[in-house]
Parts: sequence; structure tokens; C-alpha cells
Amino acid sequence: MRGGNALEPIETATTVQVRDGETILTDGPFAETKEILGGYYLIDVPDLDAALGWAAKMPNIAYGKVEVRPIVVFD
Amino acid sequence: MTPAGTAAAEAAFREERAAVLATLIRQLGDFALAEDALQDAFAAAIVAWSQDGVPQRPGAWITTTARRKAIDRLRRDRALADRVQRLGRIAELETPTADDDELEPSAVGDDRLRLIFTCCHPALAMPARVALTLRSLGGLTTGEIARAFLVEETAMAQRIVRAKRKIATARIPYRIPGDEELPDRLAGVLAVVYLVFNEGWSASAGERLVRGELCGEAIRLGRLLVRLMPDDPEVAALLALMLLHDSRRDARVGEHGELVALDDQDRARWDRGRIREGTTLLDAALRRRRPGTYQLQAAIAALHATAPSPAETDHAQIAALYGELARRAPSPVIDVNRAVALGRAGRAADGLALLAPLLSGAALARYAPLHAAHADLLERLGDERAAARAFARAASCADNAVARAELERRARRLAV
Repeated sequence: MRGGNALEPIETATTVQVRDGETILTDGPFAETKEILGGYYLIDVPDLDAALGWAAKMPNIAYGKVEVRPIVVFD
Repeated sequence: MTPAGTAAAEAAFREERAAVLATLIRQLGDFALAEDALQDAFAAAIVAWSQDGVPQRPGAWITTTARRKAIDRLRRDRALADRVQRLGRIAELETPTADDDELEPSAVGDDRLRLIFTCCHPALAMPARVALTLRSLGGLTTGEIARAFLVEETAMAQRIVRAKRKIATARIPYRIPGDEELPDRLAGVLAVVYLVFNEGWSASAGERLVRGELCGEAIRLGRLLVRLMPDDPEVAALLALMLLHDSRRDARVGEHGELVALDDQDRARWDRGRIREGTTLLDAALRRRRPGTYQLQAAIAALHATAPSPAETDHAQIAALYGELARRAPSPVIDVNRAVALGRAGRAADGLALLAPLLSGAALARYAPLHAAHADLLERLGDERAAARAFARAASCADNAVARAELERRARRLAV
């Protein structure tokens, strides 16, 4: 085992896409089941706006989508 | 506990709730805890104010008491891993200097803006933004919001709880967006307020009693936004737009509860006070020379509201404003309105040309106002047969019995 994290439930997800230079945010996970997970990043930022800002800088963001979801922090 | 104490506490909480909640959320860093603590403070106020009378500054009393109640709750809640840090941070706020700072009007205003921007964050679904904004900043209870949106109270409560959970878990920040984000985010806030207004405005006759209060609530939120952001012309224009529409609230309902069209309304029943307030706000906004879609819509509403009769309305100017609106925010619905205004301004052929692409497309095939506009323009051009057909088509698309009857009547009148 190399690593892993539990994700918070999908209700906490926000999906980011950029179309024609406009950042579009949607409440919830990927809407289409045809969309596939192509990879993931784990970032440590203070709040959701910071995370969404990084998501909007993804190289594929102009045609793909990025789902932002918190990991569960076990105390 | 005396009824006087209870009444005073209820009045103070209605008045101060949003401002106190906004400050508490920032201080406690927790939406749900702030609301629970506020509820505790309310219970405490009923007892204390019955004995000692209402304090001089009820808002300050409630804030301080709620913060102590929050500390009590945190002490009891041993399941919270970070409660020690949180208790430490809140305790720092208990110093008198910090207390006084919090009560500066500008600081309270900033907290309410933070609350609005958090409630209207684009990471929340639109229905959740609306519910949360009304619950946190408006004066409606969850039950009232549920009835206004025609959903079960438990479902509405669930919607609000989920939204708050997302704010906490996904860490939606509690702050006024920075300059680069502000225009987009402010547009989102205005959209929420205008949606609330439209929900109330478009209520059918039977629903109007429960849903009508949404208009009042939206106007209240609009006033709050103008107070908090006095320099933004679009904020002022949204309030102007809502006031100008709302001036017709009584005149648009007939004896039997049916909706009366603008042209048929008794203009003496329009609320002059609202019209004056709306046009004054709009004039001041326009002088800032930063045009926007709410200013354009308010300008159209103002031209209607200040015209002595339908015939004396400046339809050419209205058509031009719709044209500018379509350029900024293209929408087939705006094109339909613009075509109608062109027809009334004596340019029916131009209006018809504008409708042509919409009539050949499928998107609005069942949109009654499109066919009614088409019929109106054809009639103005003297093509009565085609106009009768278009009216009949419009009638078949109308989802409201009163509108359908009226469209059928106009179709029959031309077909003779």
C-alpha cells in the first residue's frame, strides 16, 4: 500500500470547468456517468476558493472538468 | 416570564438576527454553531428581559450572550477534536476592546456582506443559495420559505442543513471576494435576490397569498445590498427594478383574482411612492455611467411606470433598450420583447424580421409569448388571416386558462 484517502461525500463536491475563458462552477460531482476520472491531485489549501482557483489552472480545464472534493481528516 | 419580555425579545431578534448571526459566524467560524447559539441567546433573552427590562443595545446583548452560549456548547461537545483551539480563539474575543470594535456599524455591515457572499457561493446549488439567503438574511422561518417554494418543510430544512454542511466541510470561505472575483460573485448575489422576487411575482392567483411575501423579502434584501454597497449602480438598479414592478402589485390582480395585463391595468392604482423611489434610484445609478443589465431592465420598467397610458409610452426607446440588453445578454426571450416593442413603435416589419429565426427554430416552438408577439405583428401589418392562425397557435401553447381564453378571443375576432 502506497497511500490513499477517504473522500468526503459527493454532497461536498464542486465541479470546475473553463469555457471561452469563463470559469463555470457547478454544485456536485461530474454530472455525466460517461465522464471518466483521468487522474487526481492532492493539494493543501486554506479554503474552497483557493482549491477552485488551482482547479481552474489545470491544463485540460478548457475542455475537461475538474471535480474538487475534500478528503476526510480523521482526528 | 412576562409577555412583554417575550414580545421585546421577539422584536429585537427579528430586527437584529441577520446582523448578529453574520458577526457570530465569523467569530465562531461555524455556521451551525452560530445558529444554535443564537437560539440559546433568544431563550435567555426572554427570561432576562422579563426581569430586567430590555437592554439599551439589544444587538450587543444578544451577540455577547450568544458567544457565551457557543462557548458552553463547545465545552460540552467533547467529540470535537479542535474544540480547545476553538475555545481559545473565542475567549480572545471576550475582551472589552474587541467587543466594542465589533459593534462599529461598518464592521457589522461587512459581516453581513460576508454572509451574503457565502450564502450565494457558486459552489452551492441555486435552490440552496436561495433557501440559505432567505433563512440567514431574510426574516422568514424555514416553514415560511418551504411554503413559499411549495415544498415540504422537512425537505426545505434538509436543503438548508445540507448547504450548511457543504459550507463547513468543503470550506467555503466566509469573506467578501477580492476585486478580481467581485463582479462575477456580485452578479451571482443579485441573481439570487432577483430570483426570489420573480418567484413571488410569478405566483399564480391561488398561490399569491403565500408566495407574494417573497417579493417583499427580495425588496428588503435589495435595500440591504444598497445600504452595504452604495456605490454599485447595478445593485441600486436591481432594487429600482423590483420597486417599479412591485408598484403594480395591486393593479395587476382583477376582482376575481385573475392577472390583468399591463395595457388593461388601472394606472391610478399604481403605487406612486414605489415608482418615485425606483426612478430616483435608477437616475442616480445611471449617472455613474457604468451601464449594466439591471439598469437596462429598470429603465424599461421606468418607461412603462411613468407613462400616462399605453399609447403614450415611449415604445421606440423601450425597443432600443431591449436591443442593448440583447447585445449584452443575448436571449430569445429578450428578442420576443424587443419585437413587440418595435411593433408598438410603428416598426412591425422590423419586429417580424427579428422573430423569423425564432419561429423557424425548435427551441421556442411551444412558447406562447412568441406566437402571441408574432400574431400581434401580423395584425399590425394587416395580415389578419395569418394573425388569427398565430393567435390560435399561441392559445394552444398557453399554460394559464385566463391567458388562453384571451388569446382564443383574439383569434376568433380576426377569423370572422
